Amino acid sequence: MKENPQINISAHSAAADAGWTTMITPHRGWLDWRLKQLWRYRDLISLFVWRDFVSLYKQTILGPLWHIVQPLLTTITFTIIFGKIANLPTNGIPPFLFYMSGIVGWTYFSNNITKTSSTFVTNSALLGKVYFHRLVIPISIAISNLISFFIQFAIFLIFLAVYYFQGFPVHMTYWACYTPLFLLMLAGYGLGGGIIVSALTTRYRDLTQLVAFGVQLAMYVTPVIYPLSKAGPHYRWLLQYNPLTPVVEGFRLGFLGAGDVTLTQLGISFGVMLILLAIGTMLFTHVEKTFMDTV
Amino acid sequence: MCETAISVENVSKAYRLGQIGGGTLREDVARWWAKLRGKPDPFLKIGEEHHARKIGEQFWALDNVSFQVKQGEVLGVIGRNGAGKSTLLKILSQVTTPTSGQIKIKGRIASLLEVGTGFHPELTGRENIFLNGAILGMTKAEIRKKLDEIVAFSEIEDFIDTPVKRYSSGMYVRLAFAVAAHLEPEILIVDEVLAVGDAEFQKKCLGKMQSVSRNDGRTVLFVSHQIAAVTRLCERALWLDAGRIKQHGEANSVCSEYLANGSSAMSRRIWANGDRAPGNEWVRLESIEAFSNGKPASNLDIQSALDICINYRALKGGKILIPNVHFYTDDGTIIFISHDWHSGWRTKPKPRGLYQTIFTVPGNFFNEGRITVKVAVSTYQPFEVHFEEPDAIAFTVVDSSGEMTSRGDYAGHLPGIVRPLIGSRTGLLSE
Repeated sequence: MKENPQINISAHSAAADAGWTTMITPHRGWLDWRLKQLWRYRDLISLFVWRDFVSLYKQTILGPLWHIVQPLLTTITFTIIFGKIANLPTNGIPPFLFYMSGIVGWTYFSNNITKTSSTFVTNSALLGKVYFHRLVIPISIAISNLISFFIQFAIFLIFLAVYYFQGFPVHMTYWACYTPLFLLMLAGYGLGGGIIVSALTTRYRDLTQLVAFGVQLAMYVTPVIYPLSKAGPHYRWLLQYNPLTPVVEGFRLGFLGAGDVTLTQLGISFGVMLILLAIGTMLFTHVEKTFMDTV
Repeated sequence: MCETAISVENVSKAYRLGQIGGGTLREDVARWWAKLRGKPDPFLKIGEEHHARKIGEQFWALDNVSFQVKQGEVLGVIGRNGAGKSTLLKILSQVTTPTSGQIKIKGRIASLLEVGTGFHPELTGRENIFLNGAILGMTKAEIRKKLDEIVAFSEIEDFIDTPVKRYSSGMYVRLAFAVAAHLEPEILIVDEVLAVGDAEFQKKCLGKMQSVSRNDGRTVLFVSHQIAAVTRLCERALWLDAGRIKQHGEANSVCSEYLANGSSAMSRRIWANGDRAPGNEWVRLESIEAFSNGKPASNLDIQSALDICINYRALKGGKILIPNVHFYTDDGTIIFISHDWHSGWRTKPKPRGLYQTIFTVPGNFFNEGRITVKVAVSTYQPFEVHFEEPDAIAFTVVDSSGEMTSRGDYAGHLPGIVRPLIGSRTGLLSE
C-alpha cells in the first residue's frame, strides 16, 4: 500500500494543535530561551560538575592540589616581580595579600570565559548526538570553577588570618558580605562573554585563541596588580569604564580594608552584566539551531 | 489508540557544500582585503574561477518530506546510504533544525543516535550509567530506581566498578544499550546502533525493542540497513531515497520493493523476440515467472508454496529437453538445483511445440531474503546445455513471526541457507 507523501494535514492540525508536546520549526525566537526546560535538566548540570571534578581528581597526580598550587605560584611570582622588582604601590596592604585577593577573583572570571568560549567546539561530538538544553554545559562550567574558587578562597582566608594576627593593617569590612554578589557578577561576565564567543566560534574557530589572549590583556586594565587609586590620570578612564573594576576593588575593600568603589558603581556594573548575559543568551539561542551543521 | 505521535509536515533540510565562509577569521579578512584592492581571492586554487560557486551550493538532504506516525507504531526507516535517514533523525532529536517545514510531536522523545553518548573513560561503569542516563533525559531519581535492572541487563556486574576505559568494546556497548533500554520515553528513536555488537547482543536489543513497543505501547522509529530486522520488528516502513519519500506503507511490501530495487531482476521475465531469447536451434525460452497461490509473487510469504512456471518452445522435435532451475541466495550461495525428472518427459523426446514446466517448492523451506533463480534447459546422454539464463528472475521471502513458521516466537536473526519446518516430538522420560 503506497501512501501519497504530500498529505494535506491542515484538517487535522487545527483540532489537535493543543495536544502537541513539542513543535520543531526552522525559526526560533531570539527570546525563546526555554528556561523552564533548563530547570528540568538540573540533574544533568550537577552530574557534569561532578564528572569534571572527579575526572580531574582521577587523571592527574596533583589533582585537587592543582587548585592550590597554581594561584600560590602566581601570587608568589607577582609579589616578586610587581612588588619587589617593579615596586608597584599597594596602598599599604601587604603585597602578597594584595595580589592574592586579585588573583583569586580574576582566576574565576578567566576560567569561566576561556572554558565557556570553546563549548561548542570541544563538545561537538556530544552535542551532535543528543539534545539537552545547550546552556547546561556553560552553567556546569561556571559551577565547576566555583569549586576551584572556594579552594583558593580558603587558602586566601588562611593567609589573611595569618597576616591579621601578625599585626598587619588589614581588616575586614562589611563589604565582605557582598562576596556572593561578586561571585555572581564574575560568573555572569565570564558566562556572558564566553557564550558570545562560543556562538561565534562555530564559524571562526580561531576566536578561542583570541579569548585567551584577550583575557590576559584585560587583566592589565583591571586593578588586579595595582590599586585603582594609583592608576595614572591619562588611562584612568579605561579602568573606570571597565565593569570588572568595582568587583575587584569591592572584594579587596571587603577583605583587606582598602578599596576604591561605591555602591553605585557596583550597581551599574551589575546592570551591564545582565545586559551582557541577555545578549549572549539571545545570540546563543540563535546559533544553537544550526551550529551542528557548521561547527 | 489512533492518536498521532509524530507529524512531519513538508520538512526540508539543506546543507551548504564546501567550506563555510573561510574557516578562520584571518582567511575571511584576507579575502575581503584582496577584494577591496581589486585583486583575486588569495585562496583560490589555480584554475578555479569563482570560489563563491562552492560556497553557495546547496545540497538538499531532505526534500519536502511529510508523514505521520501513530502512537504505538513501530516504523522502520530504510534507504541507501545518503538518503537522508540520519538527517531526519537528527532533526527529530532536535540536534539540528529543518530549513523549512515543521514537526509536531506528542510525548517525550529519547534518541539513540550513538551508543555510549557522553561516557567518560575515567569514570566507572556505575558512574557512567548515571551520566549517560542523565544525558539521555532521565533524572537521578529515575536512574537510581532502575540501577539494579540496568546492571543486570548489561551482564557485566563484575566489572561495574572498574573505569570504563578498561572495558572491551563488547562490554562498552552492552552497558550503553542497557542504559538506553531502560529509558521510558513515549517515543524512542534508534539509529543503526545495532550495527555494533555481536549476534547475541543484537538479538537481545531487538527483543527488548519489540517488548518495549508491544507491551508498553511505545512508538519506535528504527533506522537500519538490516532489512530482515526491519521486517521482523516493524509494522510499517518508510523508504527514503535521495531526500524524498519513495514509499511509505506496510513493512513487508516496502522492504521487498526496496530489495527488489537493488537488483534488476523481477519475479517475471518474458522474451517476446524469439531470436534474442535464450536458446539455440533446438529450444528457446519464452517466459519464466514465479507464482504463489495462483498470483504472481515478488514477495513470498515463507509459509506459502512457490511455483516457478517456465514456458519454452521446442523448435525442432526429437530431443529430450530437461528444464532445470537453480536457486541462489542474495550473496550468491547456491541453495539447490532441481530438474524436471518426474513429469514423465525424462526419456521422451519432445516434439515441436510450446511447453510449460512448473516447479513447485513447498512452503516453509526457503530462508528469508532475496532469492535469485537461474533457469536452464539441458539434454543428458550426451550432455548438452541448450541455454542457461542466470539471474532470470528473483523474489523475496518474507517472514513475520507466526505460529506455524519455524521462527515461531523467536525474534532474532535466523541464519541458514534453508529454513525448513521439521517435525519434533517431546515426551516426558522420567520425573
